Amino acid sequence: MGTAISLTSAVALVGRFPVLAGVDLSIPQGSVTTILGANGAGKTSLLRLLAGLQRLDGGNAMVLACDLSQPGRGFRRRVGLLGHDPGLYEDLTAEENLAFAMRAVRLPATHVGQALARCGIQDRLLKTPVRSLSQGQRRRVGLAKLVARRPELWLLDEPHASLDEATRVLVGELVEEAATAGATVVATSHEPEYSVPMADLVVTMGGGIVTASCRGGRHVS
Amino acid sequence: MFHDARLIASRDLRIELRSKVATWQVVPFALLSLILFAFAIGPNPALLKQTSPGLFWLALLFASVLGTQRSLSVEGDDATREATRLLDLDPAGIFLGKCLALIVEFVLLELVLLAGVLLFFHTHVTAWPLLVASLVLAPIGLSSASVIYGSVTTGLRSSATLLPLLVLPVLAPLLIAGARCFAEATGSTGNSAEWSGVLAVFSGVYLLLGIVLYGPLEES
Amino acid sequence: MTRAKLTKWIGIVSFLAVAVDIWLGLWVTPPDAQQGNFVRLVYIHPALAWVALYLAFGVAAICSILYLWPRTRSFTMDRIAASAVEVGVVFTVLTLITGSIWGRPTWGVWWTWDARLTSTALLAVLFVGYLALRRVPADPHVRARRSAIAAIIAAIDVPIVHFSVVWWQTLHQGATVLNPNLTPTIHGIMAWTLLLSFLAFTGLFVWMLLVRFDIAVLEDLDSDESLDVALAQRRAEGAAS
Repeated sequence: MGTAISLTSAVALVGRFPVLAGVDLSIPQGSVTTILGANGAGKTSLLRLLAGLQRLDGGNAMVLACDLSQPGRGFRRRVGLLGHDPGLYEDLTAEENLAFAMRAVRLPATHVGQALARCGIQDRLLKTPVRSLSQGQRRRVGLAKLVARRPELWLLDEPHASLDEATRVLVGELVEEAATAGATVVATSHEPEYSVPMADLVVTMGGGIVTASCRGGRHVS
Repeated sequence: MFHDARLIASRDLRIELRSKVATWQVVPFALLSLILFAFAIGPNPALLKQTSPGLFWLALLFASVLGTQRSLSVEGDDATREATRLLDLDPAGIFLGKCLALIVEFVLLELVLLAGVLLFFHTHVTAWPLLVASLVLAPIGLSSASVIYGSVTTGLRSSATLLPLLVLPVLAPLLIAGARCFAEATGSTGNSAEWSGVLAVFSGVYLLLGIVLYGPLEES
Repeated sequence: MTRAKLTKWIGIVSFLAVAVDIWLGLWVTPPDAQQGNFVRLVYIHPALAWVALYLAFGVAAICSILYLWPRTRSFTMDRIAASAVEVGVVFTVLTLITGSIWGRPTWGVWWTWDARLTSTALLAVLFVGYLALRRVPADPHVRARRSAIAAIIAAIDVPIVHFSVVWWQTLHQGATVLNPNLTPTIHGIMAWTLLLSFLAFTGLFVWMLLVRFDIAVLEDLDSDESLDVALAQRRAEGAAS
């Protein structure tokens, strides 16, 4: 297994504020990493940097063998990011949202129904505009988007927050399936009781840097 | 590029078909401004007929700003725009797609406005080919300039007030040329192939600019 | 010679040149047979217009293109472009005011829909829009990129505007009433004064551009130096919690 993510002294600025103040991090491919930390520690900024959405202002960052200081075209397509808000088009249905994403990354839209069903979006919900879905249902649609796209790197921003028990279990299952299939998963969390057991590596952030790291509870067979 | 353009255009048009914001807000606004212009000028049929080219184009321009703002809001909130950025679409394709969807909307807007002008202002069209040429050429430049400037203001706090200030002066040549074409086509003076030429040059230049400049605009 | 000294000397020489130009224009050169004393505006107005329409916005457009070009991308280009537009807008407004004062006796009205006047006014609005865009708070990289694009689009619009306004005006109003054409009546001291006015105002533009640029650098330098401090403070946040 190679290294999926390798950061050395990575700095990222928003305006003039260093959201990331020199992050050192190394994550092997096919592993699950949980990032803990207080609000404002830089967890979300780190995910955005890894997704190629946040500019690298200093240090080195290699993600999926791409240098983030000069990410080539097609890099972002290999990454899936699911935030607090799954970023869906309100006027389109779950099915149409997924079909759009699949066509955009040049994948066949045949898995869309399957992926949605896996995440519990079926029947009537398929044809409902996202506007009329609940927050939890939207998050399930966002998860389904990842399942259908099968990115090499999954970035989950607080995947367990404000979800019911069944959906939390679903998140755990999907993460395990993805990692078993060879994808690398990085998730931020405020709920160690859910996120530490599923992780190989637990990283704590504070003040825009990594302050501690230890092993998680996931057992690789 | 064209794959992505088709994808974006069909997304925009599908959202419009479902939400009908442009249909029920932008088109009525355009008609309303025609009527308000008539109120401002007074019920003098000769004067209204004489000013109708200018009124048609002003109404179209102002309504196009609203249409552009709607086209930007289709992109959704920050989270949705970021999710779309992660799909790594070709910037030139995004630009062309958004233009394509707007062109469709602007042409429909033109048809409604044309009907309004013919009905309210008793205008008669004498040169259909010229009129049709201008109404086909203008939306290309109109949508190109609008989409570029729309993206320039995207995500800024005061984008709603900034967009008209930026885009309307740029559209001045379009207004001049379009109104002249309209005046010629409704029988005021002689020939004017030059004016449709101005429209063609304007549209060509801004379409090309958009394709070239949209890449840097979409960078993080 | 250091940059600061150079800037200072350019400023002193330019101001002296402007003063000499005004002295020559007002006292030494003769009044015109037809236009009388109003002809003296020729020693200010065309030079202002040259700086505003060609120099300032030319510099802004070129620097904007250089900013977008990845190999020459730097905040220096962005700052020069912004400074040039800011100074350019001042010169454009002065051009419009002097043009209007000149137009009053010549045309009998303060404003006429003359092609040059109209396109100059539109240009002023275009670049006021550029400055408005710059004032909206945003990430410096994002702002620089968007401003550069806005400047390029505006600059490309200028010739299109000019030609369409010329056509619009000639087709609409018939032949131009009065074109402030200078060549026939110019000779001797008048020609030299005119030449001096161009040099003086160009120098003045360069001086203003340099001063404005230095201010922009200082504004950003303040934050550049504090990056290390900001990083240290940011890291300390983690240790505290």
